[in-house]
Amino acid sequence: MDWKQLWEICSAPDNVPIVGMIPLLIFYCYLAWKQAKANDDLIGELETNPALAKTHHRKSWPFRPGWQKEVHVWPFLLRIEFLATMIVTIILMVWSITLYAPLEEPANPNLTMNPAKAPWYFLGLQEMLVYFDPWIAGVVMPTLIIIGLMIIPYIDTNPLGSGYYTWKQRKFAIGTFLFGFIILWVSMIIIGTFIRGPGWQWFWPGQTWDHNRLIYEVNRDLPDLFGIASNAGKAIFGAIVVGAYYVLGGFGVHAFFRRYNPKDYKRMSLLQYSLMQFFLLTMVALPLKMLLRLGFNIKYVWITPWFNV
Amino acid sequence: MAEDNSNGKNGNRVGLLQRVKAGVQEDVQSLKTDMPAKAKEQVEGLKDPTKTQVFTSIFRHKHDDTPRNRALGVLSNVFLHLHPAKINRDAVRYSYTWGMGGITFYLFIVLTFTGVLLMFYYHPTKVQAFRDVLYLEHDVPFGKLLRNMHRWAAHLMVIAVWLHMFRVFLTGSYKKPREFNWNIGVLLLVFTLLLSFTGYLLPDDQLGFWAVTVGTNMARATPMLGHEGPFGKMMGMTPYNDVRFGLLGGSIVDANALLRSYIWHCIGIPIVASVLMIVHFWRVRKDGGISGPAQVMLTAEGDKPRRQV
Ligand code: HEM
Repeated sequence: MDWKQLWEICSAPDNVPIVGMIPLLIFYCYLAWKQAKANDDLIGELETNPALAKTHHRKSWPFRPGWQKEVHVWPFLLRIEFLATMIVTIILMVWSITLYAPLEEPANPNLTMNPAKAPWYFLGLQEMLVYFDPWIAGVVMPTLIIIGLMIIPYIDTNPLGSGYYTWKQRKFAIGTFLFGFIILWVSMIIIGTFIRGPGWQWFWPGQTWDHNRLIYEVNRDLPDLFGIASNAGKAIFGAIVVGAYYVLGGFGVHAFFRRYNPKDYKRMSLLQYSLMQFFLLTMVALPLKMLLRLGFNIKYVWITPWFNV
Repeated sequence: MAEDNSNGKNGNRVGLLQRVKAGVQEDVQSLKTDMPAKAKEQVEGLKDPTKTQVFTSIFRHKHDDTPRNRALGVLSNVFLHLHPAKINRDAVRYSYTWGMGGITFYLFIVLTFTGVLLMFYYHPTKVQAFRDVLYLEHDVPFGKLLRNMHRWAAHLMVIAVWLHMFRVFLTGSYKKPREFNWNIGVLLLVFTLLLSFTGYLLPDDQLGFWAVTVGTNMARATPMLGHEGPFGKMMGMTPYNDVRFGLLGGSIVDANALLRSYIWHCIGIPIVASVLMIVHFWRVRKDGGISGPAQVMLTAEGDKPRRQV
């Protein structure tokens, strides 16, 4: 166990925000979960008691009849905003006095940094470079992430859970988002920051960064495993595998979605449904490709003269 | 002439002296009586500054603690009128919004302020950039604090935007009628990351240089538009005319890249982001204010057309 190495990584000034972000995320997940649970309990109670549902104020916070529904912004909101700016300012002041922004040697194109890391918020994309060629990891995936985020409001047809925390009414939507944000995006950043060392090799936390370490990995391509040698054969085989993934995967999602989300399934138009399928499967393809690579040393699935997947 | 005056018709001269004397006495008298009175009036007036002309010209309403004035205090102020006069009593609860949108905005203001100060010392040229940062660190009064604060506020802003998006998702706040504002938000997210990224190169040190090299190398692989991307060659792309060349203003990260980064970072993106923020805030109001905490909906109500709360 190399504590010094671990400390060096965790205390690198640019990594401190990530170290701080983890407890923050856990705290806010807890805060959201607490409120979701309270609301879900209330919903459960009201569902079974229609008489109460008619008269209840419908919030999990105690409410007394006769209370004003609205309060003045001045002072009730402005004082909170003022307090928030003060607290943020104090945090920033203390942080800026105690921790210095990094400044390395002057830029030198002839001296490669090893590891050369992107800023921490893009490390998820850099980690993706291990599993995909740059045109996918650096261009297609970011574009799809942005488009995927943008279409969320237009493909989520569930009218429940608008304006309050809940889990039970939106299991699929929230589950998918948590998967994409926490499991994929945040944990890939954590891998990129804390695990990847020189040569972008895998070093467990506490393992010494050995700049001379070489790993002999024999990476195979999927067509090789099936003994396909000709270029045309590889291209066709890959197209079939990728196509089959989307068709069979889509079918699996269909079987699941229609059973467990019958209402959304009914409400969704063909366009909404196919977009949902495409983005979901593309998102799931990332951990699958990671598994193929880390577990079976498979580099490409689909090889063509123009691009490889 | 003097003769004439001394010959009977000379009441003039004596009269003049007397009149002047009397007048002066009157003036002195008035000073003695009026000034203390005025001073008293002035002091009285200052006891209630809200009645002064200066005050009333700035604030267009009275300041007594009445509901009307509390509302006017918000509505007649160009900065505060982003807010409604009154809001849902629960919406001020920190546990609902986590205050993250507001904190993001505040950090943007902090960054603008510290950023402008940094601009006084920084030249975006290969010769000076790195030295300017050294100068800031070692010679400029509070320069180190300034630079640290700018950097940490930027990191914090990235984290705050993510948490803001996370809470908007978890509360289902992107649902009707807020779909469009979610989209503005996604653009703001992208621009926040780009702001941070373009700033990374500016110190012109090894860290920034290699991060930007890694980042922009991916642009080479853009399908059709990058010289190493799928179909790039077919489209006639070379290192000297592809998207990466456009981003860097050259085929390597050098002086032109520094200048372009600087202009995007200090002028281009901040303007676009500010405009988007204006639209974002405007839409929060127009879409009916903060989405909640709304009354919980029951499953049966979700099947009916939407209920307006
Ligand atoms: C520079 C970045 C951003 C700033 C300064 C900002 C600011 C704000 C503020 C001040 C609010 C009021 C409520 C609150 O504080 O939570 C708000 C609401 C909202 N924001 Fe943002 N935001 C930003 C980015 C985003 C992003 C990335 C998204 C989503 C992808 C988003 C979507 C929304 C939506 C849908 C609302 C309405 C929420 C509701 O009614 O409850 N915003 N934003």
